[in-house]
Amino acid sequence: MTSVIPLILRRMRAPLLVLISAYSVAVLGFTLIPGVDDAGNPWRMSFFHAFYVVSYTGSTIGFGEVPYAFSNAQRLWTMVSIYLTVVSWLYAVGTIISLVRDRAFRAALEESRLRHSVKHLQEPFNLICGYGDTGSLLVRAFTERNRRVVVLDPRPDRIDALSIRELPLHVPALLLDARNPENLVHAGLQSRWCMSLLAVTDDDRANLKVALTSKLLNPTLPVICRAETSEAEANMASFGTDHIINPNHRFADRLSMAIHTPDMHRIHAWLSGVPNLDLPEHPQPPLGTWIICGYGRLGRAVHRALREGGIDTVIIDEEPDTNGCPPGTVKGKGTEAKTLEQAGIAGATALLACTVDDADNLSIIMTARDIKPDIFLVARENRLANKPLYQAAAADIIVEPSYILTSSILSILNTPLLSEFLKLARREPVQCHTELVERIRAVADGKVPESWTIRISQNRAPAIAKALELGERIPLGSIVRDPGNRDQQLSCLPLVLSRNSDCTLLPDAETDLESGDRILFCGSARAFHRMQNNLQNLNALRYVHTGEVRPDGLLWRALARRKKARRDAAMEQADS
Amino acid sequence: MHLEKVIFGFFILLALTVNFGFFLGEIDNPDHHNVYELYAALVISLIATVMKFGERTQIGALLLAASLVADLQLIAAAVVWAVAVHVTGSGLTPMVMASIVSLSGGALLANLVSTVLLTVESARLQR
Repeated sequence: MTSVIPLILRRMRAPLLVLISAYSVAVLGFTLIPGVDDAGNPWRMSFFHAFYVVSYTGSTIGFGEVPYAFSNAQRLWTMVSIYLTVVSWLYAVGTIISLVRDRAFRAALEESRLRHSVKHLQEPFNLICGYGDTGSLLVRAFTERNRRVVVLDPRPDRIDALSIRELPLHVPALLLDARNPENLVHAGLQSRWCMSLLAVTDDDRANLKVALTSKLLNPTLPVICRAETSEAEANMASFGTDHIINPNHRFADRLSMAIHTPDMHRIHAWLSGVPNLDLPEHPQPPLGTWIICGYGRLGRAVHRALREGGIDTVIIDEEPDTNGCPPGTVKGKGTEAKTLEQAGIAGATALLACTVDDADNLSIIMTARDIKPDIFLVARENRLANKPLYQAAAADIIVEPSYILTSSILSILNTPLLSEFLKLARREPVQCHTELVERIRAVADGKVPESWTIRISQNRAPAIAKALELGERIPLGSIVRDPGNRDQQLSCLPLVLSRNSDCTLLPDAETDLESGDRILFCGSARAFHRMQNNLQNLNALRYVHTGEVRPDGLLWRALARRKKARRDAAMEQADS
Repeated sequence: MHLEKVIFGFFILLALTVNFGFFLGEIDNPDHHNVYELYAALVISLIATVMKFGERTQIGALLLAASLVADLQLIAAAVVWAVAVHVTGSGLTPMVMASIVSLSGGALLANLVSTVLLTVESARLQR
């Protein structure tokens, strides 16, 4: 508000001076001009009456001649004061209205309001730069989990779209360019409540600048960056950006994983998916020749990944020479049957449509299916708004860069151990993957499982910390028992245990817990909530650990003491 | 010479002097205190206030505050006058007059502070 009030006052200075002068002249005139009272005696208005008359005349209310009928001299002065005061009122009101309608003024008002709301945010929040498809998915995911976000975008239409969106929490949306460091600071970059900075604009340079600014102004703040090219990736990594996500590389990587190690891909998809949806059974992309339509960033990444996996590819591109396509590339769009046939669709098993135009991509997969109904179709969806079309076209895999980005960012923020687990699991032989898939399927019960991390510390798991302090050994197997009935296992699976920067894949139930351990679990939401009991409540922990039910509360403790004393006495008697 | 500064200083000083003129005299004697002088003091004080609007400096804020205090005191004096003469009909008894004049005395003090602040600021700028 600091910059708005002086702005109003400065603009109102001239109109107010005119108004005060007009009123004072009019009031003074009325007190000086002689009149006659109802008895015919000479009479002059006091300041009280004069101010009264001017007040109702100036505001065009006009009660008439009060308290006595005016003399002609007074009427003359009334005319003068009417024009004087009414005109100055119009001037003052006109200035106020033009000020309120002034765009610069409204922008200042809005900005100061938002800065105020960011400054007074007294809970952890994430800063999102760029409100495109990815930004909007992130905002929804965060607000649904009751977590605060602040959004920056330089485009007014996007900020307007955000401000009219129905969200469970208020999201401060700042119409500011994140490339300007000052704007980032205003958005709360240096606030102690800022938990992470997510640079997800579609411009690599902008993301780079944001990450750089953040690393210079607040070096400890975790930064997650989106990058479309390998150069930008390398550049961001050079100054210590915490996580860099390239959606094209991620997809290509996942695709080759799905082709070569389908079970590992399944684990990957389940654990990084949105919990509580039906457990998806992803179609397995075939080996054999792939046709790639469009040699852009995604096309290039997939081409490289497939070639490394020993899979033949044929590329279709409009401008093979300028785009640096490998030899054997077919020139064309891929939307016509001729081009596809030229690329050898008859002998191909799969086709990837990844041009930057959604209409072209859809047309390609429709044409391809016409020619060869059993071909495996993968299509890139450029705009989230076109999702229904892709679903109707029934492509086998739909590549959504914004969804890939969002799920990667969320899993980094929510379950930091997950990427560690996936890295470890990938090195295991294939039969281990199959076994792991069966174990996850067993705890998941047909839904995408939740994944969560527990930490053995005074804050997060007070009961276990206390037990360890008392010198008790708590094996991992104890805390995955149901606190209602310890003979039953909770439907969850410990995936990885991290201790002093060492990670153990699928830790054994006999592993003893130590203070500072972090363990990643996956399982049902119910198991997550029941497990919290074991971590927080010493009685629950004692029960799952030893099977002993010990009464608690003053009364029960007293009763238990008496019972024990009686038993001890009885035993002493028996001894003697 | 800066015309804006002259006008600014003129109104602030005038507010002080006119107020002083009204304040001068026996405190409870209505003959010593002219209603036109109070009126002039009030109008000039209001104008001085508006002239201080929108100053962003620390001293500007203090000047504005002092002026608002003076306005408040003078408006209170005028209201007491109007109520005594026109509403209750008790007229300008010594007691009423004393309270009107002492209110304007408070405004005088605020105006004095304004003037001192203005002098301090300009003296500091000269050096």
